[in-house]
Amino acid sequence: MCEQIEGSQAMARVVAACRPDVVCAYPISPQTHIVEALAAMVRAGRPGRAQFVNVESEMAALSVAIGASATGARAYTATASQGLLYMAEALYNAAGLGLPIVMTVANRAIGAPINIWNDHSDSISQRDSGWIQLYALDNQHAADLHPVAFRLAEEVSLPVMVCVDGFVLTHAVEPVDLAEQAQVDAFLPPFAPRQVLDPDDPITIGAMVGPEAFTEVRFLAHENAKRALDRLPVLAADYAAIVGRTVPAIVDSYRSEDAEMLVIAMGSVVGTLKDAVDELRDDGADVGALGLVAYRPFPFETIRAAAAGRSRVIVLERAQPAGSTGVVGAEVRSALPGGPPVHSVVAGLGGRPVTRSSLKTVITAAQRGELPELSFMDLDTGLVEAARSAT
Amino acid sequence: MTTQRLKFYQVGSFAVGNRLAAPDQRTVQARPDRANALTSGHRACRGCGEALGARFVQDAAARAAEGRLISVNATGCLEVFSTPFPETAWQVPWIHSLFGNAPSVASGVAYALRAKGDTRTRVLGQGGDGGTVDIGFASLSGMFERNDDVLFVCYDNQGYMNTGVQRSGATPPAARTATTPALGPTPGNPFGQGKDAPRIAAAHRIPYVATATIADLHDLEDKVAAAMALHGARYLHVLVPCPLGWGSASAETVKLARLAVDTALFPLYEARGGEVTAVTRLRRQPVPVEQYLRPQKRYRHLFEPGIDTATLDRIQLIADANIAEYGLAPEEGS
Amino acid sequence: MTAERRRLPFAVTLATGTSLANHTGAWRTERPVYRNLRAPCGDACPAEEDVQGWLYRAEEGEYEAAWRLLMAENPFPAIMGRVCYHPCETACNRGQVDEAVGINAVERFLGDRAIKQGWTMPVEAAPTGRRVLVVGAGPAGLAAAYHLRLLGHEVTVADAAERPGGMMRYGIPAYRLPRDVLDAEIDRVARMGVTFELGHPVTDLDAEREAYDAVFLAIGAQIGKRAYIPAGESPRLLDALAVLRSVAEDEPVRLGRRVVVYGGGNTAMDAARTARRLGATEAVVVYRRTRERMPAHESEVAEALDEGVQIRWLSTISAAAGEAIVLERMELDDTGFPRPTGQFETLAADSVVLAVGQDVDRTLIAALPETDGAVAVDEAFMTATPGVFAGGDMVPSERTCTVAVGHGKRAARRIHAWLTGIQPASGPKPPIADIERLNTWYYTEAPHQMRPRLETARRIGTFDEVVGGLDAETALFEARRCMSCGNCFECDNCYGMCPDNAIVKLGPGKGFAIDLDYCKGCGICAAECPAGAIAMIEEET
Repeated sequence: MCEQIEGSQAMARVVAACRPDVVCAYPISPQTHIVEALAAMVRAGRPGRAQFVNVESEMAALSVAIGASATGARAYTATASQGLLYMAEALYNAAGLGLPIVMTVANRAIGAPINIWNDHSDSISQRDSGWIQLYALDNQHAADLHPVAFRLAEEVSLPVMVCVDGFVLTHAVEPVDLAEQAQVDAFLPPFAPRQVLDPDDPITIGAMVGPEAFTEVRFLAHENAKRALDRLPVLAADYAAIVGRTVPAIVDSYRSEDAEMLVIAMGSVVGTLKDAVDELRDDGADVGALGLVAYRPFPFETIRAAAAGRSRVIVLERAQPAGSTGVVGAEVRSALPGGPPVHSVVAGLGGRPVTRSSLKTVITAAQRGELPELSFMDLDTGLVEAARSAT
Repeated sequence: MTTQRLKFYQVGSFAVGNRLAAPDQRTVQARPDRANALTSGHRACRGCGEALGARFVQDAAARAAEGRLISVNATGCLEVFSTPFPETAWQVPWIHSLFGNAPSVASGVAYALRAKGDTRTRVLGQGGDGGTVDIGFASLSGMFERNDDVLFVCYDNQGYMNTGVQRSGATPPAARTATTPALGPTPGNPFGQGKDAPRIAAAHRIPYVATATIADLHDLEDKVAAAMALHGARYLHVLVPCPLGWGSASAETVKLARLAVDTALFPLYEARGGEVTAVTRLRRQPVPVEQYLRPQKRYRHLFEPGIDTATLDRIQLIADANIAEYGLAPEEGS
Repeated sequence: MTAERRRLPFAVTLATGTSLANHTGAWRTERPVYRNLRAPCGDACPAEEDVQGWLYRAEEGEYEAAWRLLMAENPFPAIMGRVCYHPCETACNRGQVDEAVGINAVERFLGDRAIKQGWTMPVEAAPTGRRVLVVGAGPAGLAAAYHLRLLGHEVTVADAAERPGGMMRYGIPAYRLPRDVLDAEIDRVARMGVTFELGHPVTDLDAEREAYDAVFLAIGAQIGKRAYIPAGESPRLLDALAVLRSVAEDEPVRLGRRVVVYGGGNTAMDAARTARRLGATEAVVVYRRTRERMPAHESEVAEALDEGVQIRWLSTISAAAGEAIVLERMELDDTGFPRPTGQFETLAADSVVLAVGQDVDRTLIAALPETDGAVAVDEAFMTATPGVFAGGDMVPSERTCTVAVGHGKRAARRIHAWLTGIQPASGPKPPIADIERLNTWYYTEAPHQMRPRLETARRIGTFDEVVGGLDAETALFEARRCMSCGNCFECDNCYGMCPDNAIVKLGPGKGFAIDLDYCKGCGICAAECPAGAIAMIEEET
């Protein structure tokens, strides 16, 4: 049923339809509307015996989820930014223990300087944590990714982050076709944990592993994560068949099949990018867009196939590691050995809008061969100069 | 109060069991069918107090829970010595997540059980003093204030022993650790620091808080049983001497725990709903603290090269204050 | 699905109990071993009773088993439970915790119960065909007869008196040892097949020996020593042993209203207390040293004082004249020896009873060498004459019933060895479980159960037994105060206190074993054993 709904509300409704047993959260903008909505639903007795836990920190939020998941409960939490970093230690732990927790990250910049607005520096900073990371393109996608995330997580016994642009999506009211409970139930079976704390069949979870097996543990985790890449399209297709709409799971390709130039982006900016592509195409530019949904595990094969035959690739970076190149671009580049040049364009940090015109400016510059390997979109050089001269 | 026992049998009323005592008057540890939550083959140091405490507590809790117990362990000695791949010494379902989050993980287990409608299985969280009173304290406090259905147990060996004996918020004054060396004008851990975790726990007004040691098993098991008879957040603070960190003989682990009580440096009490409701009074006149301190190399600087009477007096004052505050003086005629 | 069959996440998740593969016993440099030490009580017992052993059974309520273990060493628990001065209790480690275990009272309880229940001692040994003559039916002779009989020998006990018991009958007043008790325990020996020849003084040992393979002499020390007291006319000078014997035989004894007893031993106390019972309004014991140095047992002194006996310590009788005696005050010199002070006082006295020691009647044994006024024997209790053994008060030793019973037993065993050529097994004795070896924290404070005592007023003028017995409940309580020094009593401390679960509980009565696969040798079991029954020994490298 399609309704005008805030992104956070939409996601909360779908998460509830996934019948989580334990929902725990610590408030942080811009995640708050999601968990507020879940709190209300749990209080209202939906779904079932679900427990909503108000914890004292994000560290506790994920830790409660870890304990719950290990006890065979379907566990969910949500966070953003500083909160994600505060749970960093537990992120690695949940992944290492193979606990299929699903978490929404309402993407937000990391301070200092403190900034509540959207970019991807929070989730990108945790790209090595062992979590699967899926980036929502829009609110419909954000809603649809959650059931897929639960099913994937539980199939491969890995936690999944659904990364949703803070404010831009979480607080945006858009038409969203919300899945019916029966549809979600048809897709998502009850949680059958691979390991569970059970007095009838006791096991030890979280042993200490030394040099003799640690590499093998990591190798097997790597293999398992790659398996998620195989399962994702299958599961997304299953869900799509039930709800009757496509759910991009690895990438969302837009007018790229015959494009000379490919622009890769993650998150809601892909929508703007598509508009820019349309306009550039109208102007005769040979450009296509590729929305990257699955960032972890990284779909090297898909990227390679998508970039094959292109003369140039631009990657929009929503985070920037100081002193290095764009994070996503570096991986795209490594997926394309001997391939076309890859430009990292840092864009939309700390909530700065990524406009069609700016995108078109960048793409046009690239067409002219004037785009450097790393650049900052819409950099206010006046401000930079002022700052420089002040020091 | 739970600690007053019938003098049913003059030989060994305080012993673990006795062939002549009725089975219900023996401790859980005397039972051939005890859970042995922590079984043989673990790699704890010789004479480890924490290994003892962990088995004592969990076996008693498992018995109270009719075998349906899940344990959550903070990082620390107990976790490391019990679960080096490929061997685990745990015979209860057990999880280790992180150093600072054990109470939260335990809460998660409790909420999962509630969500699943499992009203029989009980949850026990446990950690050392570092994981409890320091890095895990926010987590612990959160679990307390939510009154989650978890019994959390701190095995207090008064320092970070797993990492090589560094100071924690539970390290007592004057004790030498690797980060409070026996050097300078005030050697060892400064006076006036550290936190009284059980009293802070009680300040949350949770249903049950108690202190215990591995030296008086009846007292310890009574307290575990009392805790397990209740629901909500409960806290047990168990003193577990550490031969490595305390510099004591492996055979003296239990003896030192006993002396900690008999000197009144470690008061035994229970608090319900925030109020101290029972104390275990000293059986005899208090032992001078020197007898407790002297066998421990971490206090050697108090005795060599000369006797540091000023510091000994300050420690004695702590014991004296405990006696006054908790009313630990032995009953008349003892 | 069990953890073993389920495919668990590699390495991070493990199946339970897998640590058992790790044999931490390899860390050990010392290992615990269970041991049986000698408890101080048994070590102090002149009759060498296994006190801890029979208390162990008594505390289970296994009274007959306890009694039989006791009877293996001492045939007279009911008598010992009354007259023994119980050095076991003096030695008892519990005395350093709260109060000594009332071993003597439990022994009496067992003895009385045996009499009441009619428990008997069967002679199970095959007849040896050897005959032994025991001369003297006192505690040493009777004990020897009992043990020799148990060993299968034919035994004849000869005694000059008309009734058996020796000093137990003719020396110890009935208020301390009722005669029915004495008779019952002696009768039990008789019923084992011991032949008594009473009213038969042995005067010609060589002649009497003819029919026997060995002889045990136990004629005691029955001649009262004399003290030189310059005396004109009375007061009447009497010998304590003669007084006690007359009372025992119901003969009239006239002591008067004011009786002075001279001496500080148990016989002096017996005489003074007997005097009170015979109507003396004043019974004064005169002793030249202090109370602390009195040879009389403290309990005897206390009971005598309770009964109104007066004691003049640091006093000697320097003269007796008319109806009075002259006392001289004494003082102790640096060595503790009493020295006269030259201070005198006069004390009215109708009679003076001498209780200053006893001598052995040497008529029968004039040919045998002596030591300290007693017959010399070797460590096997054999006199200079092969085949002639001796024990009890007639050999150099402390003169108590229990010592005599111990002599009788030990002599019987040496006689057996001499007759059969089979030497008793011997090896080094285990060390004594002194209190330093114990961990007494585990014992609850539990004061000694006092035996009921006849009220003082009722004691005067009656020879009823002063000290009552324990009932079953209090006897059990008292037995259970035993700390089982040096011997495992299955308190489960080792089993419970092992950080490595390396103690195996073998089941009731079977104790424990060490699982050396896992024992790291920390020593907590040994340190926390209440009884000190675990030793740590160095591991062989």
